[in-house]
Amino acid sequence: MYDVPHGRNEVAVTDVKITARNVQVYYGDTHAIKDVNVEIESNTVTAFIGPSGCGKSTFLRCINRMNDTIDICRVEGDIRIDGDDIYDKRVDPVQLRAKVGMVFQKPNPFPKSIYDNVAYGPKIHGMARNKAELDDIVERALRRGAIWDEVKDRLQSPGTGLSGGQQQRLCIARAVATEPEVLLMDEPCSALDPIATAQVEELIDELRQNYAVVIVTHSMQQAARVSQKTAFFHLGNLVEYDDTTKIFTNPEDSRTESYITGRIG
Amino acid sequence: MTDITPEQTGSNRSRSSTELVRQSLARRNRKQKVLQGFGIAAIFFALSMLVILVGSLISTGYPAFTQTHVELEVFVDPEEVDTENLSRGNYDDMIAASLGAYFPDVDMSSRIASREVTQVLSSGAQLKLRDRVLADPSLIGETITIKVPASDNFDQLNKGLIKRDTPEENRRLNDAAIANFDTLDAAGVISAPLNTTLITSADSRFPELAGLKGALVGSFWALLVCFVISFPLGIGAAIYLEEFAPKNRLSDIIEININNLAAVPSVVFGLLALAVFLNWFGMPRSAPIVGGLTLALMTLPTIIIATRAALKAVPPSIREAALGVGASKQQVVFHHVLPLAMPGILTGTIIGMAQALGETAPLLLIGMNAFITSAPSGPFDSATALPTQIFIWADSPERGFVSRTSAAILVLLTFLIFMNAIAIYLRSRFERKW
Repeated sequence: MYDVPHGRNEVAVTDVKITARNVQVYYGDTHAIKDVNVEIESNTVTAFIGPSGCGKSTFLRCINRMNDTIDICRVEGDIRIDGDDIYDKRVDPVQLRAKVGMVFQKPNPFPKSIYDNVAYGPKIHGMARNKAELDDIVERALRRGAIWDEVKDRLQSPGTGLSGGQQQRLCIARAVATEPEVLLMDEPCSALDPIATAQVEELIDELRQNYAVVIVTHSMQQAARVSQKTAFFHLGNLVEYDDTTKIFTNPEDSRTESYITGRIG
Repeated sequence: MTDITPEQTGSNRSRSSTELVRQSLARRNRKQKVLQGFGIAAIFFALSMLVILVGSLISTGYPAFTQTHVELEVFVDPEEVDTENLSRGNYDDMIAASLGAYFPDVDMSSRIASREVTQVLSSGAQLKLRDRVLADPSLIGETITIKVPASDNFDQLNKGLIKRDTPEENRRLNDAAIANFDTLDAAGVISAPLNTTLITSADSRFPELAGLKGALVGSFWALLVCFVISFPLGIGAAIYLEEFAPKNRLSDIIEININNLAAVPSVVFGLLALAVFLNWFGMPRSAPIVGGLTLALMTLPTIIIATRAALKAVPPSIREAALGVGASKQQVVFHHVLPLAMPGILTGTIIGMAQALGETAPLLLIGMNAFITSAPSGPFDSATALPTQIFIWADSPERGFVSRTSAAILVLLTFLIFMNAIAIYLRSRFERKW
């Protein structure tokens, strides 16, 4: 059905990075996420797919407590990273977000220079002792974001002046600059053209060497191309979670099958 | 046959709908034309009103920008000057003597006779001579050339505002006085240079000596106090309300009250200031510090509302980006949101300040319409402000104040246009497209 390249989707021997148990999310009276249990592995790209409004982005935003900024949003249940409860009272969301980087749907570089965009995170976390160290961090992050060669001669020009695909890779570089362990991506390619999408997808596959990558996507082809694990959400429920190859070739749940064959969604 | 019918009706209907659109099109276009016409008419009306306003101000105000002067050769008589105390001397006699040179027929030693001639000059003329001598005592015994202002009535005569063809009994100057003036004019000592007094002097009972310096300095101090208080307070309040305050009934009530406060008539703030600052705190009357505090009360809601709007306009994607890399709420606000909102905040602040500069009623209530003949040296001295000075002059009976009132309004408008221009410049310069 989908051209699933072999090899890329092979699941390596991995350990569990994020565990979610009985997670419920409420927006006011709306029950947006219903009893989600999932284990996300490190050095793996995990894709969340599902129709619009199924709660995949909401669940993603629980992992770095981005939902805290929404007044009416309430999260119940248990989400652990490396066994530590991230909703524990003692956990500061600021610290958590340094560990769990995020890339958003629309490229959102700060209206500052390319250098300052990447350097901002390390600066506020005090990761560099001097300018030389900061320069190193910025270069490393930009290289990881696969954008170094394109911007190395104009680090001081504004980040907003780059093309859409470059902006998104700059945002990825910004997210990895704080040395996170988990990288969350909320439909990172939905605002990009096919060529930029291909570049970002290639980048995502490289990033898996160092991080646990969780990506929300509307495109099933994209999920099939970049992920090793796929979770299918429907109406706030996690319907099925398995190896990507399995989900796309031999889904167990009839709803999953209906979705990937295009009958719902 | 039956098969064809629905198709026919379909095509008929589609044709008739095009027809319907075409029919209604003329009516719709006409309506749009009428609306546009009304819009243009409204703009034309507004513009013509503006032209009439500014035109009438300029036509009444422009004579105030020149002032008739008389050039005199004055012998600084050592006998008339008290060398111990230079400020005490019969400077008016010296002026009268020098003026007498042009009127050989008049007995200048007689007070009554000389009065006829010296009334051409402003009563400030002798002070001008005194100030020259005080500044340079070596002038005593010398003959110096000095330009002194003519008195208001003769200034009006020179500018043609007192008409010679008016019957003598209806004129403020009799024929003899006009003849005296003409004698001086014929001698070539009358001139009408730029009226620098308008800017360099404070208020006076005599129009030819009155200026706006006191009002300008008073307005400056009041605005400075207003800015220093309302800018940080307003931004602080707006940041708290917009970014940190929990959204509940209390914050709703505060928001409604701030919006209401912006609509409270300014005279009410004046009464409040009178009761609180003057009567309760016992602060000095007529002082720019109190004026500034009162204006700050009025400007605060404007700044808070403008700042909140500017903060709200910063897109959420920027906040998310900053939160996403682990910035704290406070870092998000101060590193990203506030700098991006700054142009909007500054624009709102400048407009609030311009409003405060033109505010009259609250200043009247705290006594900033006092008659004060020297510019304040600080915010605690008594002073007037530009709008209250206009108010005082508009109330004065002397003819010279008519044009000076208009001139003062023009000065005030210049400042307001200047401030608004800065606001517009900031808005366009730093406007950002997301």
